[in-house]
Amino acid sequence: MTDILDLLSNVSFWIAVLRIATPLILGTLGVLLCERAGVLNLGIEGIMVAGAFAGWLAVYAGAPLWMGVCVAALTGAAFGLLHAWLTVGLALSQHVSGLGITMLATALSYYGYRVSFPKVSTPPTITPFAPMDWLPIPVLDAQTSLTLLALVLVPVISYLLYRTPVGLAVRMVGENPQAAEGQGVSVAWVRTGAIVAGSALMGVAGSFLTLSAFNAFFFNMVNGRGWICVALVVFAAWRPGKALLGALLFAFFDALQLRLQQAGDAALPYQVYLMLPYVLSILALVLVARKAAYPQALMKPYRKGER
Amino acid sequence: MNKRRQLLIHTTAIAALATLAMPGLTFAQAKLKVAAIYTVPFEQQWVSRIHKALKAAEARGDIEYKATENVANADYERVMREYVAGGNQLIVGEAFAVEAAARKVAKDSPKVSFLMGSSGKPQAPNFSVFDNYIQEPAYLSGMIAGGMTKSNKIGMVGGFPIPEVNRLMHAFMAGAKETNPKVEFTVSFINSWFDPPKAKEATFAMIDKGADVLYAERFGVSDAAKEKGKLAIGNVINTQDKYPDTVVASALWNMEPSIDEALKLVKTGKFVAADYGKFSTMKFKGSELAPLGTFSTKVPAEIVKKVAAKEADILSGKFTVKVDDTTPKSTAK
Repeated sequence: MTDILDLLSNVSFWIAVLRIATPLILGTLGVLLCERAGVLNLGIEGIMVAGAFAGWLAVYAGAPLWMGVCVAALTGAAFGLLHAWLTVGLALSQHVSGLGITMLATALSYYGYRVSFPKVSTPPTITPFAPMDWLPIPVLDAQTSLTLLALVLVPVISYLLYRTPVGLAVRMVGENPQAAEGQGVSVAWVRTGAIVAGSALMGVAGSFLTLSAFNAFFFNMVNGRGWICVALVVFAAWRPGKALLGALLFAFFDALQLRLQQAGDAALPYQVYLMLPYVLSILALVLVARKAAYPQALMKPYRKGER
Repeated sequence: MNKRRQLLIHTTAIAALATLAMPGLTFAQAKLKVAAIYTVPFEQQWVSRIHKALKAAEARGDIEYKATENVANADYERVMREYVAGGNQLIVGEAFAVEAAARKVAKDSPKVSFLMGSSGKPQAPNFSVFDNYIQEPAYLSGMIAGGMTKSNKIGMVGGFPIPEVNRLMHAFMAGAKETNPKVEFTVSFINSWFDPPKAKEATFAMIDKGADVLYAERFGVSDAAKEKGKLAIGNVINTQDKYPDTVVASALWNMEPSIDEALKLVKTGKFVAADYGKFSTMKFKGSELAPLGTFSTKVPAEIVKKVAAKEADILSGKFTVKVDDTTPKSTAK
């Protein structure tokens, strides 16, 4: 027990928590935007791969780091547009379309990588974002500016959703598209906009892995982080503030298991520790999200004039 | 059946037989057709060594080489059969997760030779196995690590605890213990071959606990060591050129002796099921301790001397590094 207390009082532990949480915060906000507008976006895993690849490639080709982030966002937005066309325009199954996007975006990224680098033995590297040493806030000063962006986006998106007409429109089309249409809100446009914006955030989430957490692109490096975000949105009951909390909680358990696993007196097989963040997140989900009010029109395609 | 049709069938049969026999006739002159199937990208350390050896054979003009990377285990058998049907004479790959399927394909294709990475036994008549038995240089790199650590704490981050990883970790630990009996180890696995951000996190956690030499089984470990000003020991590939002030030494795997042996046997029609493990040992130049390079003056002379003596003992057969495939455990508190 004292070991764990020691651990928690260690500042580098909290630095790790925030660093692990960053892509999850960005990704969860992205999923949240889509789902608030009533569209499930299972394309996230693939969009994160595409964002990680495109952002990194841009920087490798000589673009500044922030331009790389923009490229990642645009790549994400492009796949979002495709998802919107399939799920809003054609009103197809959101599950199938999302999984299709994941496979397409993943495969295209790998293909693009191999075409660009047919003969490398180790992946080429870039110079990633540097920590914000100038910031006089402990823990945050060891993070890169992408983490700051993620943290700032939480209140911004919260404000957008709950305090602006645009946010109201997004929430309306996710709750009751018929009523929204009756008020003169174009369900198709609002949903499309939300999906595109959300997918852009997913792209940025992916780019964090290649532009900040690491300096090269690897196949399979997103490694399920996208799926975690989909679950975290449920945990967060579709609220940005709770999404931040959920991402931090998951990262907390992940950072903790890495340290517990390494202790010499670890009594359990290492797999149990690796499982810890997932198991505890499911537990939290059960306890916290049981009463969560999900967007009423989630996963229901809206066809104009249909009852 | 009329006569004309019979004639037609006969001529077709003869023509077909002739074309079938043709490759046999021109066999000696033609380049050997070799195909490789990898479950991970070419950049993966392990696979990169096989790919490199085959690329070298291709560059020499010995073989016609085709390869597929990142094949899912579920697709592995299909890709194998496609390459068999494509007329390849030697199939190289990794059977670890698809043993049963790969061996079935070999059974169904007796004319094709198979050289597969496997922890299992060879299967007569045409299924040979190889593995990265590079525990010898791993032991030597451990001796150097033991001599370089000041905190007497060494961290090791691995992908999965499979025999190929475990045996190198154990050899490394035994080597470190020889030069520094006080040394303690922390071990962790990240359950992924490709998640450098996660490997970095695991390494940072070890450095927090005092580790100052890190065993870099995965990409990402050396990066974390570099960021924190600690040292790293490389494995399978040499990355010192990318981390000149971080990577002290590396245990290298050379796949060339295994590949060249297999090519020679296939070419002369003498390929039989065998265990190619020995071709990965130092004696056969299948593995080596990478030159110390930027660290040649930084490693204590006494350690360098001990390592050289041990290397001579290994080559002469006086010393054998124990192969231990069990999952390594942390010894640090």
